[in-house]
Amino acid sequence: MFEYAPAPESRSVVDIKPSYGLFVDGAFVDPASGGSFKSVNPASEEVLAEIAEAGADDVDRAVRAARSAYEKVWGSMPGRDRAKYLFRIARIIQERSRELAVLESLDNGKPIRESRDVDLPLVAAHFFYYAGWADKLPHAGFGPDPKPLGVAAQVIPWNFPLLMLAWKIAPALAAGNTVVLKPAETTPLTALLFAEICQQADLPAGVVNIVTGAGDTGRALVEHPGVDKVAFTGSTEVGRAIARAVAGSRKKLTLELGGKAANIVFDDAPIDQAVEGIVNGIFFNQGHVCCAGSRLLVQESVADRVLESLKRRMAQLRVGDPLDKNTDVGAINSAAQLARIRELSDAGSAEGAERWSPPCELPERGFWFAPTIFTGVTQAHRIAREEIFGPVLSVLTFRTPAEAVEKANNTPYGLSAGIWTDKGSRILWLADRLRAGVVWANTFNKFDPTSPFGGYKESGYGREGGRHGLEGYLNV
Amino acid sequence: MTATTTSARSDLTELGRSETALRTFLHGLPGVDQVGAEQRAAQLGTRSIKTTAKAEAIDLAIRMVDLTTLEGADTPGKVRALAAKALRPDPADPSCPHVGAVCVYPAMVPHVAEVLRGSGVHLASVATAFPSGQAPLEIKLADVRAAVEAGADEIDMVINRGAFLAGRYSEVYDEIKAVKEACGSADGGRQGRPAAHLKVILETGELATYDNVRRASWLAMLAGGDFIKTSTGKVPVAATPPVTLVMLEAVRDFRAATGRQVGVKPAGGIKTTKDAIKYLVMVNETVGADWLSPDWFRFGASSLLNDLLMQRTKLTTGVYAGPDYFTLD
Repeated sequence: MFEYAPAPESRSVVDIKPSYGLFVDGAFVDPASGGSFKSVNPASEEVLAEIAEAGADDVDRAVRAARSAYEKVWGSMPGRDRAKYLFRIARIIQERSRELAVLESLDNGKPIRESRDVDLPLVAAHFFYYAGWADKLPHAGFGPDPKPLGVAAQVIPWNFPLLMLAWKIAPALAAGNTVVLKPAETTPLTALLFAEICQQADLPAGVVNIVTGAGDTGRALVEHPGVDKVAFTGSTEVGRAIARAVAGSRKKLTLELGGKAANIVFDDAPIDQAVEGIVNGIFFNQGHVCCAGSRLLVQESVADRVLESLKRRMAQLRVGDPLDKNTDVGAINSAAQLARIRELSDAGSAEGAERWSPPCELPERGFWFAPTIFTGVTQAHRIAREEIFGPVLSVLTFRTPAEAVEKANNTPYGLSAGIWTDKGSRILWLADRLRAGVVWANTFNKFDPTSPFGGYKESGYGREGGRHGLEGYLNV
Repeated sequence: MTATTTSARSDLTELGRSETALRTFLHGLPGVDQVGAEQRAAQLGTRSIKTTAKAEAIDLAIRMVDLTTLEGADTPGKVRALAAKALRPDPADPSCPHVGAVCVYPAMVPHVAEVLRGSGVHLASVATAFPSGQAPLEIKLADVRAAVEAGADEIDMVINRGAFLAGRYSEVYDEIKAVKEACGSADGGRQGRPAAHLKVILETGELATYDNVRRASWLAMLAGGDFIKTSTGKVPVAATPPVTLVMLEAVRDFRAATGRQVGVKPAGGIKTTKDAIKYLVMVNETVGADWLSPDWFRFGASSLLNDLLMQRTKLTTGVYAGPDYFTLD
């Protein structure tokens, strides 16, 4: 047997301070109330740092700083000069990518292989991509001289902390807006390091402001009257509350919410690659992915074969220390999320689905959940309807393409879907009928800054990425 | 491959009897998505193999090397020197294992056999009008018999790519079967020798698509090949990680379907320890520990061995020695 020796990435590249303030008007400041909370490493429950909690006064200060920067500097700056800053930020991100990747894995629990090979390259690519748009907005298809909106309030989740920051900040800045961003309370550290990068890039003060805190901070931010635009990525429940809070105001809103994507495997699919796609679809980032392929729809005639291959492949997944370069599945982000995954998985068993996990040893400390599949799942099961947001796959079967479409669309969500077949015509036929913002064919969880991303139905509205991603930040 | 019942097993042996059955079967195998296969191979290449795992991997890789010389300029003196190196790759370190086999042209077999006799290092000979395979069948078979009689216990044959690409699968199948017979029978063998192991070279660089690689792999296994091998090393594209991945998936599925285990040998272009370890990771995570042995996985290589030895010395002594400290055979 070929045992891989531990191959830990060194922590020494990151310098985590004992405590962090709020990043307002180009400087780190203490919160008015003096409140704070802790950010922990979910793989060990070790406290990483003390983080300032922003109250309503702090949010107000940040929004005013953003307003002033918008009016005095950023909003009127020529696009090519804004581009210069964005390109500079992108380059610094590349230069400091190892540091950012290690910090992301420490704070979030995701394997270093993913933060290093997926998150960070995409983060830099997003800044490069939107830097390119900054001086070409008249050619983006939104009229001859599209104008920015003003101050954008942005609230992002904990599953891809830095990548979601990039998805929000890069297009907003390219279009000429200034931002106040609230990272998730469990994963604020890379956003705070990004604030240092803004300083390093000499970005004018107030263009980017970072306020840390939990739900109350987020509420104060989106409800602030000085905000022109609200962008949120997170749960459908919070998204609804934000939509209500913003309704009737002049604020423009984009929401990127939950999902329960169908990954559809036909009998003529390239089986080995489909199995890779299923694994990547649901176990990538511990399943903490809004577009995760959490429902496997497999054609009955190949179901046994696909499941056998899938189980064999799952037995190869290496669960453990996120900083080990050979880890495939890291830690669940928080105790609360772990509890939710457990609750829904127990519901799956109680409702009669058959549960299977490969033999795997989980560390004692920290938050862990073994990769799990449920077979014999029906549309009526909770695990087929509710977003689990963890490494749990529900397997359903279908007989005909029409049944696949029906089952795939039978969900309140509509963020993404996957199709696995060797037949090009079937891909096109199906993509036309699937009510999902992104449809992947013979691949899954593939992201690119040039490609728009967003949902149908309860998965939200508005698009991020690509030319389309500019629209949410322009007065059009 | 869930169907591993006895009836399914006997069905496969019947496939070779008809061109139609063979074609239907080979074209009914699941396709390979090129992008996905290449992505998976690349992902496996990012594994980080360090310290003790690296030391084990290097020794295993040395034991898996088919130390090869296939040059028009080969002489008895040259191949004898190579055979000596195969026995003791690192003269300075007796704990260094010997390689898996020496691989030469048929005319060189007697000279190598003298050196290797009784050592446990196998003697492989290319045959069947290597590398093109463009010769009449009788000549190919005579080539094989001569190599076996001269002492080769492994035969590396090339398939008839022309026939395969033209869709004449039976012709390829029959030829492999005939070569397998020429290698000797399993029970008793030729002139008292055990049958030579048959490695079937698919020359994947000429097959061009992964679908073809998968079909050719199955064809070679159905016809009785003991190993499937990627390349001759004589065309521009030799072994690549995705090609090897597709072949590993084929041997895994073939064993599930028939119960018979077949080995895999990537050959050509594998020059560094880093590359070799990537292949071992791929074996480990695709087919598992059953294939992690020189009996079931080999590297067809020449310069790879010295890099393995350099890395091995580096691991034990902590410093790199210059190339002059390793023999150049």
